[in-house]
Amino acid sequence: MSVKQQQAKEVALEAAGAEGPLYSSRTKIYPQSVHGKFRRIKWAILILTLGIYYILPFIRWDRGPNAPAQAVLVDLEHHRFYFFFIEIWPQEVYYLTGLLILAAMALFLMNAVAGRVWCGYLCPQTVWTDLFYAVERLIEGDRRERMQKAQKGWTLETFAQALIKHWAWLMIAWWTGGAWVLYFADAPTLVYNLATFQGPAMAYIWIAILTFMTYFFAGFMREQVCTYMCPWPRIQAALTDEYALNVTYRYDRGEPRGSVKKNAALLASGSPAGDCVDCNQCVVVCPTGVDIREGLQIDCIQCGLCIDACDNVMTKVGKPTGLIAYDTDINVKLREAGKPPLAARILRPRTILYAAIIGVVGGIMAFTLATRMDSGISVMHDRNPLFTRLSDGSIRNAYTIRIANKQTDPRRFEVRVDDYEPTQVEAIGAEKGPNGWPVLTVGPDQTLESRVFVTRPRPAAGKGNDDHDRHDLTFSLGDLVTGETVKAKDHFMMP
Amino acid sequence: MSIAPHDPSPIDAHTGTATTGHEWDGIRELNTPLPRWWLYMLYASIVWAFGYMIVYPAVPLVSSYTKGLFGWSARRAVAEELAALTAQRAPMVNALAAASLTEIEKDPKLLSFARAQGKAAFGDNCAPCHGAGGGGAKAFPNLNDDDWLWAGTLEDISATLTHGIRSADPQARVGNMPAFGADGLLKPAEVSAVADYARSLSGLAVDAKADLKTGAKVFEENCAACHGPEGKGIQEIGAPNLTDQIWLYGSDKATVVEGINKGRGGVMPNWGGRLDAGTIKALAVYVHTLGGSGG
Repeated sequence: MSVKQQQAKEVALEAAGAEGPLYSSRTKIYPQSVHGKFRRIKWAILILTLGIYYILPFIRWDRGPNAPAQAVLVDLEHHRFYFFFIEIWPQEVYYLTGLLILAAMALFLMNAVAGRVWCGYLCPQTVWTDLFYAVERLIEGDRRERMQKAQKGWTLETFAQALIKHWAWLMIAWWTGGAWVLYFADAPTLVYNLATFQGPAMAYIWIAILTFMTYFFAGFMREQVCTYMCPWPRIQAALTDEYALNVTYRYDRGEPRGSVKKNAALLASGSPAGDCVDCNQCVVVCPTGVDIREGLQIDCIQCGLCIDACDNVMTKVGKPTGLIAYDTDINVKLREAGKPPLAARILRPRTILYAAIIGVVGGIMAFTLATRMDSGISVMHDRNPLFTRLSDGSIRNAYTIRIANKQTDPRRFEVRVDDYEPTQVEAIGAEKGPNGWPVLTVGPDQTLESRVFVTRPRPAAGKGNDDHDRHDLTFSLGDLVTGETVKAKDHFMMP
Repeated sequence: MSIAPHDPSPIDAHTGTATTGHEWDGIRELNTPLPRWWLYMLYASIVWAFGYMIVYPAVPLVSSYTKGLFGWSARRAVAEELAALTAQRAPMVNALAAASLTEIEKDPKLLSFARAQGKAAFGDNCAPCHGAGGGGAKAFPNLNDDDWLWAGTLEDISATLTHGIRSADPQARVGNMPAFGADGLLKPAEVSAVADYARSLSGLAVDAKADLKTGAKVFEENCAACHGPEGKGIQEIGAPNLTDQIWLYGSDKATVVEGINKGRGGVMPNWGGRLDAGTIKALAVYVHTLGGSGG
């Protein structure tokens, strides 16, 4: 009996009065194990995704002596994000915006092609719940045994098994939290510090939070996260169309359903009979407890396990497989009308649009990443005073500049003003460079703030206050070794 | 398929789901019950709220409030955070206090720390007179330029900051521009002549009828003692250079005449007792790097 049926029954029983129940208790689900194509795909994805999650922090990446050697690292203390050959500074957080757009579009594209692929195969909630079910099955047995044990209540054996199960769950949950914190610090060092109880308190707190969350969500909340808490099923239902592939029960072929014997008798008597033998296997293997034969529903995460279950049964009773299969709404309607189904149309305007957006956004990101400079300059003109008259009458403007050195070696930069001949350019903390410009040394992977003075000769008498009060100028920051130059525009103010 | 009006059956025929029994113009609401744990979360929140009220300050009383179990207060939390910040900055603050002014300017790390600290202290203490960026105003010197009444080396700036100018500090810098006109030391015509002469020293155009000869004579007899025979000023006594392009009060004749008539004497407070030595060092470095040193 599915959750829906159970609830309907519960509701119907209480509905004898004028008002129905406002709250319903959860019906515990005991999914049965299943073998088949989609189960194998799910195992493969589970191993791959969890493998990446647990192993990634330990992968090393040589960035030279002044940068961390961890391939993927969110360095909150120093405000840096490292991803293999990419290093992101806080001011480049727009790459995160790009990633979010890519993620959303990838989700929409998946949905347009094959419905809730994310929910069924890739979502962490699905993957960890799947893993927890596997552990549960290993220790307490398959569906039938677990249901019997639940009915029997506590015995020494069930108690011991429950103890082992929860311990195993907690170990997995603990590893989940443990791996999480490794993304925020040098992984081997942190593991050593955590193991010897010298890790930072924050790391222990986060491990505890994530351990609890994993244990609670994968061990207890399970399908309720998808049914009640997650917004994606709601959004997905509004985004999908009749051309998207979904896990579908072919009721034109399956109905009227009945046992093998009953339907054989029906056929013999010349009445119509469907292929569905009403074995309920699609329901018992479902991790969210739905009956796929009721059609698309919000609880269904479309993991494909009912396809495996049904195909196994169909093979056994000697009927063609695919009674439950990935199919489109449009085909359901065509079959109902007795017309031949269409082949799945992956190339549709919306899938092309999603793919194009992914291509454009990804392309822009790749292009800016590939062409971005290793140095940066930002200039801010002094607001008070806008200019300073010196004792010999010449005019000086002061600017606060910030130089960014995104390389892992210290670099020397000369600060030039090329397009507006000033008398003098000076900078606080600078040395005199080979070309007469002030030279500032910026440490590895750091920024340096300095104050730059640009001086112009005393303005000719009678000039000023009209069109001569403001001039454009450009600061150029040149690496003395590589010659890499970045520019920043600003102004020179005159009386 | 709609439900017939006044159908007593609470089950919706189309979906097979029960209805709540509520009816509006023949429309009935399907009953999709909330999971019970959701209700328990509400209860848990209520329990939490009571716990929170006990642990944290919560209920206002007539002249006080319930303090909570641990006496937490936002004011104390801020004080603790400030203390933590002070402790975090202590190594740099100590290094700053130990280093000499020249050493600070030569060490990039100390220089950048001193400038940051100096900028904050400048905003708190100096900006009301000297302006947010030290741009100055009439009678309040611009600290960005290279013209210094009392000299602009690091040590001089530090001394001015510590003892002030014409302040209560016994070591304050004191100089005196007499009120030549008001005290009857000079006649109005002499004042006018010497004002023209002083303006001409820095190349300002003067009236063709100006009596520069008398002005020069008056200057030599009355002003040269402090401002020097060439009018270049003497920084030890705070006598300004009259030959440069910078005029603290303005360069028009009326202002110059006013200065000679009434005298001048701006006051700068002595910060020695009010700010700690480290802050004064930071301020000296900050002001020095405003550009007064010539870069």
